[in-house]
Amino acid sequence: MAKTPQLVTPPSDSSAEETRTPPGEDESKSKSPGFSRRSFLTQLGAAGALVSAAPLLHTAAATETIAETQTAAEAGPAGTVAFLLKVNGQEHQVRLEPRVTLLDALREHLQLFGTKKGCDHGQCGACTVHVNGRRVNSCMTFAIMHQGDEVTTIEGLAHDGELHAMQAAFLEHDGFQCGYCTSGQIMSATALLKEPCGADDDSVRECMSGNICRCGAYENIVAAVQQVRGHQVGG
Amino acid sequence: MEAFEYTQAKSVDSALGAGRSKSSAKYVAGGTTLIDLMKLNVERPTAIVDINPLPLTKIEPSPDGGLRIGAMVRNSDLANDATVQQRYAVLSQALLSGASPQLRNMATTGGNLLQRTRCYYFRDTAYPCNKRIPGSGCPAIEGYNRMHAILGTSEHCVATHPSDMDVAMMALEAVVHTSGANGERAIPLNEFYLLPGATPEKETVLAPGELITYVTLPPLAEGTRSYYLKLRDRASYEFALASAALVVHMNGRRIHRVRIALGGVGTKPWRSMEAEHALEGREATGATFLAAAEAALRTAKPLRDNGFKVKLAKMALTRALQVATQPA
Repeated sequence: MAKTPQLVTPPSDSSAEETRTPPGEDESKSKSPGFSRRSFLTQLGAAGALVSAAPLLHTAAATETIAETQTAAEAGPAGTVAFLLKVNGQEHQVRLEPRVTLLDALREHLQLFGTKKGCDHGQCGACTVHVNGRRVNSCMTFAIMHQGDEVTTIEGLAHDGELHAMQAAFLEHDGFQCGYCTSGQIMSATALLKEPCGADDDSVRECMSGNICRCGAYENIVAAVQQVRGHQVGG
Repeated sequence: MEAFEYTQAKSVDSALGAGRSKSSAKYVAGGTTLIDLMKLNVERPTAIVDINPLPLTKIEPSPDGGLRIGAMVRNSDLANDATVQQRYAVLSQALLSGASPQLRNMATTGGNLLQRTRCYYFRDTAYPCNKRIPGSGCPAIEGYNRMHAILGTSEHCVATHPSDMDVAMMALEAVVHTSGANGERAIPLNEFYLLPGATPEKETVLAPGELITYVTLPPLAEGTRSYYLKLRDRASYEFALASAALVVHMNGRRIHRVRIALGGVGTKPWRSMEAEHALEGREATGATFLAAAEAALRTAKPLRDNGFKVKLAKMALTRALQVATQPA
């Protein structure tokens, strides 16, 4: 695996992906020749430093595949409900049980693996996404509650191959180590730019307190956030 | 998590209808308590009524000069509202000291009033819990109880009420407005929560299917100050070990009127009229504050691990009184 920073999906994630696949899901995937979750992740890993921009393309392809499978299935399994989810400006017709969280819908059904599942109880912030421009824990809300909402994930931050300034700042300041919390950190940090948050470092720490980093990259995360806000670190 | 039927309510009437349709139906707003507990199988509703579309999202002046807060106002919007920050500072401070920015963007005013305890025995279905399964027992009383309550406990339950917002609301003498099968009613917050007693599964006076629609805050006299002090294990993103909410009106150096509530120590947000009586009409001195703190904690019943909360709560209250009564 490339040693370059894996901004969106660290290579080590692939084993976790496999174990989390619900029974029966692999079967439906195998009907789509040329695509599997494993190969998708391998491509991501191999893409190395470019990986942060690449998911836009890969996930678009993945989503189409899923959408086709679902239309072909017509009436879905018992207990599922069809609805529209708008993610990163793109509408997706999904058919899910109401108990599927927004996080699981993004990862398991829209193949947007950038958003991470950490604690799954609203405590770690790894699953942070924007709903109508505001940051929320996607693990603590059901996908079906977001019909008509604009959901933005880490995959939606970069535009035309250009990283969001916050993504670039995280790279520049090494705002991560293992990378698992990083997409949540960046989604929080970009939301913070539009929130009332004091100028000094302590205010940034408070505003970022909903995102836990077990590697302890906090100093570098604060530096990245302060750079994008145009503030001096050490304030 | 168990499967459930999902409906979305666009009006209070349709919410009430859907809420009545199944006995185990639950309203979901922010979801930060309910969905968490559903994942743990602590909450197992067979029907969920999504009340997010309800038009209860305004913060507006009430006819008596106070404030009317829609049940669906998010914690972050309430905390950052200019009127709340200027006139009800204690509420803004309490909200901003709770949870994380993400959770505050989700959690609502009505939902926060119904926040459930963080007692680890309540949250773990491997253990008995009188709140979860009435009559099954309370392992916290003899178990690990550092986080547990010292006020309002019973031999059946010692679970702490976790909210910060509700402590501030208690000191502000908020009124909870509801709609239900028997029409609308207004419940003073001090009468909203029930002590655990022999029925810890009953936490509020709400009837099944009754929906919180608004919270009103009475107007405060010109010059009233308010303050929230929270003490906890970390600097941020942690529940209170002890907290104090104060709303105080001074007459020179004399305390004319004061309202006090404590958090992190009670089985409900703990209004202390005993402390209020010990302060009103007296001069704001260290000795008066200490007497008030003693009065507030007089009935405290510490357990094996949480004896420190008695002293911590007294210190939180005296420190908050010092800050809120110091000359401008």
